[in-house]
Amino acid sequence: MDLITPEVGLIFWQTIVFLVLMLILAKFAWKPILGAVRTREESINEALASAEDARKEMQNLKADNEKLLQEARAERDEILKEARQLKEKMISEAEGDAQKKADNIVAKAKESIEMEKRAAMADIKNQVATLSIEIAEKVIGKELSTEEKQHQMIDKMLNDATLN
Amino acid sequence: MGCFQIKIKSIPLHPNLEPIILSRTGTMIAHKSLKIIVTFTLALALLPFNAFAKDDSQAEESKDEFNPTDMIMHHIGDSHGWHFFGEGDSSFTLPLPVILFTEEDGFVTFMSSEFHHDTEGQHVVEKDGMRFVNYHEDIYKLDAGAETVEFDEEHNVLNASKPWDFSITKNVAAMFLTVILMLVFFFGLAGHHKKNKKAPAGFNNILETLVLFVRDEIARPQIGDKKYMKFMPFLLTVFFFIWITNLLGLLPGAANVTGNIAVTVSLGLFTLALILINGNKDFWQHTLWMPGIPTFVKPILAVVEVLGLIIKPVALMIRLFANITAGHIIILSLIGLIFILESAGVAGISVPFALFITVLELLVAFLQAFIFTMLSALFIGMAVAEHEHH
Repeated sequence: MDLITPEVGLIFWQTIVFLVLMLILAKFAWKPILGAVRTREESINEALASAEDARKEMQNLKADNEKLLQEARAERDEILKEARQLKEKMISEAEGDAQKKADNIVAKAKESIEMEKRAAMADIKNQVATLSIEIAEKVIGKELSTEEKQHQMIDKMLNDATLN
Repeated sequence: MGCFQIKIKSIPLHPNLEPIILSRTGTMIAHKSLKIIVTFTLALALLPFNAFAKDDSQAEESKDEFNPTDMIMHHIGDSHGWHFFGEGDSSFTLPLPVILFTEEDGFVTFMSSEFHHDTEGQHVVEKDGMRFVNYHEDIYKLDAGAETVEFDEEHNVLNASKPWDFSITKNVAAMFLTVILMLVFFFGLAGHHKKNKKAPAGFNNILETLVLFVRDEIARPQIGDKKYMKFMPFLLTVFFFIWITNLLGLLPGAANVTGNIAVTVSLGLFTLALILINGNKDFWQHTLWMPGIPTFVKPILAVVEVLGLIIKPVALMIRLFANITAGHIIILSLIGLIFILESAGVAGISVPFALFITVLELLVAFLQAFIFTMLSALFIGMAVAEHEHH
């Protein structure tokens, strides 16, 4: 058997054996192995992609939450501000009303006091007039009870009139 | 003892040229202990040199003289029985079936043990009225009346004919061993994938890594993402077949399968067949009628291209055959040195050297499997490539 002369028998066996081995392995080993590896690679890639997606979604969610919180905060501030304004308005309105009412009451009181005062004054005037007339009647009655006194009176009045 | 670095690179220079494939860089760090061993063995080797010189004249006369060429050729060649150890009738040899085909009488089968370890054409086996002898592992059918096979001066057989020999020889048996191993390994891996979807562990993980190595480092870059899947079964089978056979070939008493030219011829033909079957229109146009050059050059180039087409697989088969056989020859020569110099002291040098070469061969076993697969993928890739039209 020479070193560099190929043996027909060995070529025959090698070809048959290799062909059969390749076909058997292709069907029962290489196909399932390569298929499984590919499936696994795909699932790994998918898992990585979905993890990335989840991460992004989380970020979005976080941003959304932040936004919502900010909005809520702003709304709360708005509400508080409004409430404060309302309160101030209410207070000021109430104050105004009270003032007005008080003023009214005071005005009315003053008016009625004035009226009472006037009535009282009129009454007093009447009484003083009546009293004065009575006193005057009594004084005149007393003064003009004698002739002499009547003359004196006339004189005096004449004197005053001359002077004028 | 030392450290070795191997860099493998494929540099395709031109689509019509074979690429430059590998650059090896090796660095050996010699330790003090190694130096001591070498010095010691050198001293041992030189001591009996005198005695050997005296025996020289007598040794030449002896008939049982050690013939290194015969020993090496016997070890790297094919045989009809699987010899493990021992000589003559006391040797331990696994008998293998001999299958012969003659035009006149059809198939004849018997076990190789019927030759009784004879390879000199002395022991005649009679079967179905035909008489066979084994002369240097070639089986001859003797003509009527002949007792042993005779040759003329040009080594043409005189009194016998050579039947077609389809025997399960040592190499075929070793091939079956590789096949069994591959079936066990990869059915195991496929079984794992059927059961669960997770990545395998342990040995299956190693196998899967290698499968992925072939896919991602050989098939995909050379053939392209679109078409590589079609050639994966061939590339994977050829890669693991060559590698496992190479490694088994390094075991003591094992057959030199990938170092046999018949085996590499067959493997090369597979690559050639795949190129011829799968070559696309562009490929054939570039091979037979190269566009873009003057018409009178086209036939000349066609001849060159067709030659190149055949030379590619021939280069593949010679590369694998020569590399593996050369490795075996070096190891056997180093061991044979002990018997040539007839000194046990030589073993002190040749055994460490043989060990070193064996370790190197472990590397070559992988490298050759890789290169064969790589170049097959490259040639197939060239045949199926979609050219951009210029």
